[in-house]
Amino acid sequence: MRWRRRSKELINQATLKNRFDRRSMLLGTLQGGVGVLLAARMGYLAIAENEKYELESESNRVNLSLIPPRRGWILDRNGNPLASNRADFRVDVIPERMVRPEQSVALLGSILGMSATDQHDLSTRIAEARGFQAVEVGQGLSYEQFAAISVRLPEMPGVVPQRGFSRFYPTGPAVGHLLGYVGPASREEYEADRNPLLVTPGYKIGKDGAEKVFEQRLRGVPGARRVEVTASGRIVRDLSTREDIQGNPVQLTIDGPLQDFAARRLGPESGSVVVMDCRTGDLLCMSSMPSFDPNSFSAGIGSVEYAMLRENERVPLRNKVLQGLYPPGSTIKPMHAMAFLRNGIDPSEAITCGGGLRVGNRFFRCHGNHGRVDMNRAIHQSCNSYFYYFAQRVGFDNVADFAKDCGLGQRFDLPVVSQFFGTVPDSRWKMRKHHSAWQSYDTVNSSIGQGYYLTSPLQLAVMAARLATGRVVEPALLKTGERAPFASLDFNSEQIGHIRQAMSDTVNGPGTAGRARLPLENVLMAGKTGTAQAVGLNRGDGRNTAWRFRHHGLFVFFAPVDNPIYAGAIVVEHGGGSGAATPIAKDVMTYLFDPQKGMDALHALEKEWGGTAQQRLEQQYRAYASARGQSVAPSPPRPRQPIDAVAAESRLSAQAKAALAGEEVMPTQGEAGPAAATPPNEPAPAAPSDAEPR
Amino acid sequence: MKGIIPEPVGRQPWQMLVPLILLVLFGAAVLYSAGGGDFSLYASSHLIRFIALSGVAAIITLMPKQFIKLIAYPVYVLVLLLLIAVEAVGALGGGSQRWLNLGIIVLQPSELMKPALVLALARFYDALPIGMINTWRALVPAGVVIGLPMGLVLLQPDLGTALAIMFGGAVVMFLAGLPLRWFVTAGLVGTVIAPLAYFFALQPYQQRRVTTFMDPESDPLGAGYHITQSKIAIGSGGLSGKGFGEGTQSHLNYLPEPHTDFVFATMAEEWGFVGGLLVLLAFFLILRWGLQVAWSAEDRFGRLLAAGLVATIFFYIAVNLMMVMGLAPVVGIPLPFMSHGGSSMLTNMICLGMLMMVNRWNRRPSGGRLL
Repeated sequence: MRWRRRSKELINQATLKNRFDRRSMLLGTLQGGVGVLLAARMGYLAIAENEKYELESESNRVNLSLIPPRRGWILDRNGNPLASNRADFRVDVIPERMVRPEQSVALLGSILGMSATDQHDLSTRIAEARGFQAVEVGQGLSYEQFAAISVRLPEMPGVVPQRGFSRFYPTGPAVGHLLGYVGPASREEYEADRNPLLVTPGYKIGKDGAEKVFEQRLRGVPGARRVEVTASGRIVRDLSTREDIQGNPVQLTIDGPLQDFAARRLGPESGSVVVMDCRTGDLLCMSSMPSFDPNSFSAGIGSVEYAMLRENERVPLRNKVLQGLYPPGSTIKPMHAMAFLRNGIDPSEAITCGGGLRVGNRFFRCHGNHGRVDMNRAIHQSCNSYFYYFAQRVGFDNVADFAKDCGLGQRFDLPVVSQFFGTVPDSRWKMRKHHSAWQSYDTVNSSIGQGYYLTSPLQLAVMAARLATGRVVEPALLKTGERAPFASLDFNSEQIGHIRQAMSDTVNGPGTAGRARLPLENVLMAGKTGTAQAVGLNRGDGRNTAWRFRHHGLFVFFAPVDNPIYAGAIVVEHGGGSGAATPIAKDVMTYLFDPQKGMDALHALEKEWGGTAQQRLEQQYRAYASARGQSVAPSPPRPRQPIDAVAAESRLSAQAKAALAGEEVMPTQGEAGPAAATPPNEPAPAAPSDAEPR
Repeated sequence: MKGIIPEPVGRQPWQMLVPLILLVLFGAAVLYSAGGGDFSLYASSHLIRFIALSGVAAIITLMPKQFIKLIAYPVYVLVLLLLIAVEAVGALGGGSQRWLNLGIIVLQPSELMKPALVLALARFYDALPIGMINTWRALVPAGVVIGLPMGLVLLQPDLGTALAIMFGGAVVMFLAGLPLRWFVTAGLVGTVIAPLAYFFALQPYQQRRVTTFMDPESDPLGAGYHITQSKIAIGSGGLSGKGFGEGTQSHLNYLPEPHTDFVFATMAEEWGFVGGLLVLLAFFLILRWGLQVAWSAEDRFGRLLAAGLVATIFFYIAVNLMMVMGLAPVVGIPLPFMSHGGSSMLTNMICLGMLMMVNRWNRRPSGGRLL
């Protein structure tokens, strides 16, 4: 009511002027108040919160990017790189920063000349990648491609071209299983080790083999680059750069050229070669074929190539040296003989092999009728009956104990990702595993390395080294200084000599491995063949049947006979019998003592097979891809030295050089071994490719 | 002093012109920097527009009161027709637009509507018999005069300008002496309608601006980006700024629209709190002069006109600064005399010209003679 009364009051000019003055004063005051509010707000932002916003402005402006460190080299025993780095131009994409992935992929594809398959692969990998993860598009780009991508970056957000280094394995497949490969960290790996380096584009971690085991040592310290960037990510200028620190090198005991030779000598077979220095335990060679090319794995393997490897029945993705388990067959006979010696059997004691032996009420066959058989003859003729008989007499548990002392069934202290340790069967094991008592037929089967026996090639090589020296030789993969002398197996030299002689007779005498005799005048090799059944004999005789039903061929060896330096083992999967393994042993050992002769043999064979292992792998890939209607661009030419220092051929040139210098080339028997050809004190990690400044 | 300076120069409103000229020059310097050190990009056209529109303002200054009263309604109707024309062209062209291309100039009629509306309302209340000020006859015609252009501008849709038009009109009505309870009631109704309007009348992009204004961090790379980056620019400037031409937020494109809506943030990053206070001081001096003109006007028409124009300019300044400092949603309203843009400069110079015109009437009660 009060309002209404006021509205009725008389309004004149003065009233309105009065109202105007009061109200405009009010408005003016309000406006001034807003002004004060704005000033206060600005003071709050610019003074009180200045520090916070200054930081935010800096983090807008400055982009810190890690420079992936150059990975440490992996060296062979002579200091030559088995794995090094090559400077190259590379391009990655960061999926979460991409705006139009399909368009960017198409543009990248046209610049890089990628096939439709490769583009599809890339799109798949981008789609599968978690946001943080950089996906590699390509490495080894030409400068023109690199420049073309750099210029068109504004059209392709999320694409990161950079100068970097890619891993390079000069001998490719020969070291695939040994060294493994590198690749971008997976989500699991990043979650296990929350190092921002792992998600830096272009950074790769070891995924397998030595690359994985020595990851921390090889990794190095990343450099950092501070750049000023615009909101759209364009780099305006460099602010500061800190160089990376290359990772430490890792020197293995592997002999690069030998590793390459052995891998190539395996040829089209599926198998493995282990050679070790039985004086030091140094593993000189751990070749496993067929293999993959770690260069293509490290460059981001295509789906077609991966499918080819995965589908291959010869499992190129498995390291057969450590993860292949085979019945050792007759190769354990010298070791069993030594077990008999330890248990008091006189080596001259003989039995009569009547084409087999009756044990209990069953007759177990031998592969021949050897007549009167003593220990020496039993070994070089590989007579089963002898071992049936004495294993019964000594008791197989005693034999098995010695087998374990010789490294069978054992896991070694080696820097490897995984090793299978197989089985040395004895009564306790059988009870535990099969809940049944040990039977005499178990002794019979085990005495000739069949039945439950399972061994890896590495174990067989260690066994050969321990038999040859009578000492507990421990294998080593990492080259370190002096090692403590190995413990003795407590055999006298006469006993050791007896086994050596029997194994020498196997090769050089009337034995089963005459094909393994070295074509050298002054070096004798000792060995023992073995043929292991892969499947039951109902699949055929193990020779002339489908590949996967054939017998495995095995061979263990050491040389020289009287003063063993090298010992090793060869397994050829489904080779049909030991005859597949012995020639390989012969050539590998020949190469060690006379590289020229070894290479001549290899070159002749490779001509027959159609190229080196690497060349054949590439051909296989091309054939596989074209069978699927896809063309494969020929692999980019590698900036190779005429001969890589770790390729098998390098020993020839070293030999030739040494010969020119008038030095003694290769002591046939002596302390120096092949390592003398290239001085081991060569300073390694100063190669030009890695030292190139950026 | 009086003896030294010639009379035609001395009687100009220098207490407003000096801060204005300094502000425009300062604006040109900021635009020079925002253009990446390119004078011709923004700064030169800014200065040329100011000089040209100063001529327009000078001509307006000379208008006699009777003439202005005569053309007040025709001008309003003309601008209203232009607004309708914009709508028509937009509808024919198949999309909404705010500009009318007249060949030689691109005109934004909604900008012209602000001073035109203030003029029309001042004329209306001037003519309204005093006794009717408390009746519906004081409210309804004015409501229609405000409502028509507001509706047309909202159709564009341009919420910021519509609010600016409403603000100018409401201030004139308030100062004309309409009963206070009407404004209280309107305010209460407004608070009820605002949420409804938010949900039913606003375009999605406008809704987003409001929500992100409430919580800019909720979407730092999307719609909240403007506010966040503007606050970073102002906050990182500190007391005295990063130095002329050294602003990283603007030069590296983090700040959106560094030369138009966010020109104050561009300035504050390089000149700091000190620069910001100087700008506020200049605006304070200009607006204070405007209010003094209103208070010293000898008749109701001049008073309402001047105060309404001051309110219009004030609305620009306040909303723009509140926006760049994160106190208001992002509405596309430029900062008078500093932002690069012809329409805003035109409106504000017309307002200033009319203020100077009222100022001249005050000193020449007869109002007939030139100069």
